Amino acid sequence: MPRDLRRRLVSTVMTSLSALSVLVALVPLGLLLFFVAVQGAAAISLDFFTQTPRPVGEPGGGMGNAIVGTLILCGTAALIAVPIGVLSGMFVVEFPQSPLAPAVRFAADTLNGVPSIVVGIFVYAIAVEPTGGFSAMAGGIALGVMMIPLITRTTEELLRLVPASLREGALALGATRGRAVLTVVLPAALPGIVTGVMLALARVAGETAPLLFTAFGNRFWSTDLTEPIGALTLQVYAYAISPYDDWHRQAWAGALVLLALVLGCSLAARAATRRLERMHR
Amino acid sequence: MIPTVAVPRPTPAGASAPATPALRRAAKIRVDRLAFYYGATQALAGISLEIPARQVTAFIGPSGCGKSTLLRTLNRMNDLIAGTRVEGRVELDGVDIYAPRTDVVSLRRRVGMVFQKSNPFPKSIFENVAYGLRLNGLARRRRDLEARVEESLRAAALWDEVKDRLDEPALALSGGQQQRLCIARALAVRPEVLLMDEPASALDPIATQRIEELIYDLKRDYTIVIVTHNMQQAARVSDVTAFFWLGRLVESGPTAALFTNPREKLTEDYVTGRFG
Repeated sequence: MPRDLRRRLVSTVMTSLSALSVLVALVPLGLLLFFVAVQGAAAISLDFFTQTPRPVGEPGGGMGNAIVGTLILCGTAALIAVPIGVLSGMFVVEFPQSPLAPAVRFAADTLNGVPSIVVGIFVYAIAVEPTGGFSAMAGGIALGVMMIPLITRTTEELLRLVPASLREGALALGATRGRAVLTVVLPAALPGIVTGVMLALARVAGETAPLLFTAFGNRFWSTDLTEPIGALTLQVYAYAISPYDDWHRQAWAGALVLLALVLGCSLAARAATRRLERMHR
Repeated sequence: MIPTVAVPRPTPAGASAPATPALRRAAKIRVDRLAFYYGATQALAGISLEIPARQVTAFIGPSGCGKSTLLRTLNRMNDLIAGTRVEGRVELDGVDIYAPRTDVVSLRRRVGMVFQKSNPFPKSIFENVAYGLRLNGLARRRRDLEARVEESLRAAALWDEVKDRLDEPALALSGGQQQRLCIARALAVRPEVLLMDEPASALDPIATQRIEELIYDLKRDYTIVIVTHNMQQAARVSDVTAFFWLGRLVESGPTAALFTNPREKLTEDYVTGRFG
């Protein structure tokens, strides 16, 4: 076979294989979105957002408390994880000679790989047992612990991307090292860090396991950080394994709302990045 | 690392007149037997040089000759690089800047710097110039701040081009404008010395010409040290030129004399383009 014919044949085959792989990868995502949307939309109503779950056998009700609960849990997690994650990411970049720097990086990578159920057990031991009960706070801590390594690594990587010349420019004007980082380096990396935080939030918003024995779940309205609190994932889990058709429908609706929340987070991250980037470029 | 060359005792870098005790006192910066190391690699050896006040001093020489390294020792920017070491003295107005009690932050405020590649902060044009002022608490009131920003932008010959868009991002400016913005940013804190590390090497001829005209205007108020690999540029803008080769100062003196009548064969070969 002539060489160029062979080359074109191989090229065509490989291109087709790649295209096919893309299709195969997209099919599950498409099907998932389609099923959740179709099944969920059927059970979604205004009540779903404003009502609490009804007792077994009584039709109607909603997951309003669980939606609010998920938002509170994510907010608490962010309040804990953002300062710790951003500061430790800064530390790794600013003090690379410190023996702590590789330790932080290793700890972040390890923590990132810890199964979420283990995080749940750990937080149960440190925040549930000593306080004598499940609480929204414990749930927030569990999600926060999961967010910290994500934010640490994102912050570190993005700070490294800031050109050294910017830092030198600030120092040449008489900035101390701390001022240079806070006023020039960190703002330059901020759009990326915001995106990283939003993506980390989207990731933990969908977690169930770390909440099982921390936030525990709650069928009633609660915004109290010291009380158990509902969460969409917990509610979907409880309803999906129940034997009732009505609850199954609501579980689909809960899944749809959760998906929308996560998608919203990702979109917000992109929008924030674009806005901040426009300010910077 | 550094081969032995017949290096004459450098003459004090006076103006066009021969060195006299009066001119010696006019030296803004005095470098005395300076040696500089990156780890085990020696980058500068035995540099003694005087930089006259309110004149333009050009450092020339082939790539890697140490001219940028020397420039960065003058405001201690090399401190940022781990494993560097300095021997000898660098005096600013007679005070050793490497003395232990030196406040590096206030040194850098007195000795400003413009970099080879323009490095505006990702902030607005106004905020770039205001940065050093805010940092050093030089303009507390908004009105003072605005006045100083305008003054600095005018001094950098940029005001007319940006006065209607001070709130726009600095990164939207052209390369030449960005470099003049960086000059304005450095001038805003009113330094005494301005170090320029190949400030026009990334610019087109027209933007280069603007920067050179600016340097000529600025020497009325500032002591300027410029590193350049462009000999014509050194000849055009500087009063005093120092020629470096392999980490040593070969010759320094009034620019016209150095270019037309160099004392050293090496200098002659370089300025006539026989190597480098």
